[in-house]
Amino acid sequence: MRKKELRFIVTFHTTTSAMAMEKYCLANGIPGRLIPVPREISAGCGMCWSAPPDARPEIEAALAGQSLDVQQLYELVV
Amino acid sequence: MIYLDNAATTLHKPQQVIDAVVNAMQSMGNSSRGTHAQSLTAARCVYETRCKTARLFGCPRPDHVVFTSNSTEALNIALSGLFTRGDHIISTDLEHNSVLRPLYRLRTEHDVRLDFLPADGNGCIDYADLTPLLRKETRAIVCTHASNLTGNMLDLEKISAFARANGLLLVVDASQTAGCVPIDIERMGIDVLCFTGHKGLMGPQGTGGLCIREGVEIQAFKVGGSGVQSYLTTQPSEYPTRLEAGTLNGHGLAGLSAALDFILETGVEEIHNKEIALMRRFYDGVKDICGVRIYGDLSQDARCAIVALNIRNYDSGTISDILAEDYDIATRPGAHCAPRMHQALGTSETGAVRFSFSYFNTEEEIDAAISAVKELAE
Repeated sequence: MRKKELRFIVTFHTTTSAMAMEKYCLANGIPGRLIPVPREISAGCGMCWSAPPDARPEIEAALAGQSLDVQQLYELVV
Repeated sequence: MIYLDNAATTLHKPQQVIDAVVNAMQSMGNSSRGTHAQSLTAARCVYETRCKTARLFGCPRPDHVVFTSNSTEALNIALSGLFTRGDHIISTDLEHNSVLRPLYRLRTEHDVRLDFLPADGNGCIDYADLTPLLRKETRAIVCTHASNLTGNMLDLEKISAFARANGLLLVVDASQTAGCVPIDIERMGIDVLCFTGHKGLMGPQGTGGLCIREGVEIQAFKVGGSGVQSYLTTQPSEYPTRLEAGTLNGHGLAGLSAALDFILETGVEEIHNKEIALMRRFYDGVKDICGVRIYGDLSQDARCAIVALNIRNYDSGTISDILAEDYDIATRPGAHCAPRMHQALGTSETGAVRFSFSYFNTEEEIDAAISAVKELAE
């Protein structure tokens, strides 16, 4: 089985919001990728953005500046 | 073969549209149903198509672009989801049955009251007729952007000014104009724009949708699988999920995405100018033929590239059949799903033969069609 590690997780209400996040992150070199939402979290959309924990400041800054519609932020071992 | 039935569906699609559909059928999973590579390929494609659609129509929010199988479905969703018992709606004689039948059903089943702006013998309405129709219960104007029979276009800025001034919604059927006439839903004051992918947008059949102004609430039409919030017993309330139960036509939307690339790159104005030039060439070639009667107001270029005509007292079906069989020219006869328009023009008995032009038609094809009409009129 894959080794679990701490990740910074962003959840969304809709798939459209998740795709907007991916597009923004890819365009701006922000690390992470879309994964299925871990069962410890409940969220609107079934996919979430998972990034290394040290990307948190960068991602939070991006979220503050863009109209990206996120549901919640977590740090979680997945 | 000369295809002049583009108002029904465009036959010649940009090659990139066909390639995109084939490619999608070999690589796409189901959008919003997982995060493996094939599912994400589909989700990204659908998202990009929303963004391109939003850009084309001046919709500020891609998540307020909802995909449907065509305009008819979009109109049914909008009309069944916006109105309630006792509401009054103003529409027009120019409408297609995709607007009329849902309105008639609202009247029969939900006691919604209707009024239709009358069209004159040229298929034109008088905007001054709006004010006398206004009542306390009036909630909306539901109208086409252009008639699928005459090509006459309505002045949406005038209509939306009236709607705004009187607190009415404006729901527009852009089946004939999307992709061939510039549309900006903010500037034109449109609350709900219904469009189809397979006509002027030059995409596959089975695609279309709505662009919804922020703040306009349309109740869910069909409910079912959404890929998200699976334990909710109701359809999720956020757009676009609220109005998109079930698997989207991902392959079709891949084609629509490529079609939108073509249109955005070529420019809607450029497409409109070329289509209108072809229409004018045909019109100038047939208007003085003895026995030919043309319907509609062709005095201005702010219209769609359509010419509807009859030849002597011949049945329109016979003319269209001869054009197809003997000249290999495709046109549409009959009633065109526009009963009120035919009644206004006085062509309910004969129907009319509709020639409708696309960006990909050529002057040679137009000239061949003119010759054919000349011969048939002799």
